[in-house]
Amino acid sequence: MSLAAETHGFLSPTGVEIAFLLVGLVTFGAALVTVTTRQLVHAALWLVVTLGGLAVEYLLLTAEFIAWVQVLIYVGSVVVLLLFGLMLTKAPIGRSPDADSGNRWAALTVAVASAAALIWVVVDAFRTTWVDLDGPAAGSTEATGASLFQNWVLPFEALSVLLLAALVGAIVLSRKAKAESASPPVNSRAVSGGSPSVPDSRNHRIERKVPTSGTESTEPGGAR
Amino acid sequence: MNDALDVALRLLIVFVVFLTFPLIVGQTEHKVMAHMQGRLGPMYAGGFHGWAQLVADGVKFAQKEDVVPAGADRRIFQLAPAVALLPYLLVLLAIPIGPGEGAVGEVIDAGIFFVLAVMGVSVLGSLMAGWASANKFSLLGGLRTAAQLLAYELPMLLTAASVAMAAGTVSLPGIVDAFEWWWLPWQIVGAIVFFVAGLAELQRPPFDMPVADSEIIFGAYTEYTGLRFALFLLAEYAGIIVLCGLTTVLFLGGWHGPWGADGLGWVWTLLKTAVLAFVVIWLRVTYPRLREDQLQKFSWTLLVPLSLAQIALTGIVKVVIQ
Repeated sequence: MSLAAETHGFLSPTGVEIAFLLVGLVTFGAALVTVTTRQLVHAALWLVVTLGGLAVEYLLLTAEFIAWVQVLIYVGSVVVLLLFGLMLTKAPIGRSPDADSGNRWAALTVAVASAAALIWVVVDAFRTTWVDLDGPAAGSTEATGASLFQNWVLPFEALSVLLLAALVGAIVLSRKAKAESASPPVNSRAVSGGSPSVPDSRNHRIERKVPTSGTESTEPGGAR
Repeated sequence: MNDALDVALRLLIVFVVFLTFPLIVGQTEHKVMAHMQGRLGPMYAGGFHGWAQLVADGVKFAQKEDVVPAGADRRIFQLAPAVALLPYLLVLLAIPIGPGEGAVGEVIDAGIFFVLAVMGVSVLGSLMAGWASANKFSLLGGLRTAAQLLAYELPMLLTAASVAMAAGTVSLPGIVDAFEWWWLPWQIVGAIVFFVAGLAELQRPPFDMPVADSEIIFGAYTEYTGLRFALFLLAEYAGIIVLCGLTTVLFLGGWHGPWGADGLGWVWTLLKTAVLAFVVIWLRVTYPRLREDQLQKFSWTLLVPLSLAQIALTGIVKVVIQ
């Protein structure tokens, strides 16, 4: 095993390398099924298999911390959110015939192109870097934390500010929509500021229904 | 060979704990609830105070026909109980009950993350059951489960992070090793938030809106019968064990006790876990069920701010004492 680690030969793979390949195949297969299956909820569940397979790959590369965070964030939260959305839209049992798009070939092209770019970048950047799977864990919590807060503090903080901005944006958007639906129609235009992007089709429909109710300047609330 | 034997023995012990402790909690719940409500509870099965009632229940469940509704998604419907139950078995592996390597199934470097991540996976089982049953009550139950998980996962993670900050490690044995008695008042808010959020994640009363038997029948488990239903019940009680054990390890000092009895650390852990399990049962008998909007409001407007305040407090104290 140590000999293989020294020479990095592809012809005498270690047990970990074989496991890595097999799990990789399973993950790849699950990913394919995720995008090709016509059953919406099955696609989400296959996504669980894909993300879980990725976590196992991290584990095999001794990156324990990243692996558990992968499970926590992606399987525990993102997929639950996905399933929540699917259930809200009443995803049917069985196949959805319209769960396909005409952009299949464009999507495939983009996917293959981005995969090729990623593989090229990773291979080019890490050509001579090898993870020593037999030594001390290179991805333990301590190692990850030290490199994150010593070498990568600036990107980390920038990302957190980005996420905070997204959070504030989401809250602002949801509050605006709530104020729209909750306020009486008289001052709905005042709240929205008359911006054309705000969905007040409700008011326009009323105007069209009562075309003789006056000029354009008449408040729709008055018509109602 | 010795290593393999060691691993096998540990797995066997964890498995036996996984099978017996939930039954003990279930029987305790029968009796405690009964006495709190002025009745006796099971008295006949097994002779002495109905100790074998749950064994009899298990036999009954195993005999029942395993029905899959015609309109259901068969495979997912059948897979769901396993997805709900197995994560708790894995979590049990990582909970230390005493000092040293010998008293934990497997020492995991990022223990807190492992435990919380795997517990979150268990909720997928309820979601799968809710959707695959093709029943509107089940679907409502699944929706409520998902909403509840999303609301209560955050305070749970934040309070766990607070303890990890205090101890300077994310490994569960490491946290208990670093524990001092004055952590108890320091982390008390976090402890309560963690425990309450865990109860909500387990869908125990008063947070049992997703299974609310009197309005959406039994939520995601409406269509289940026999052994598969029993597996869901087992998952709930294994969840109680896991939650109480985790609260003990993270906030109550695990094997530390007032008298420094070195060999008896595991007794302290089990004792604290048992007291917490009693509190879980007590809360079930005491409080009425929260409405769905109250549930969400409780988490987002009370628990999340409290856990953030706890993190701030932990950070300040940590900086000051260094």
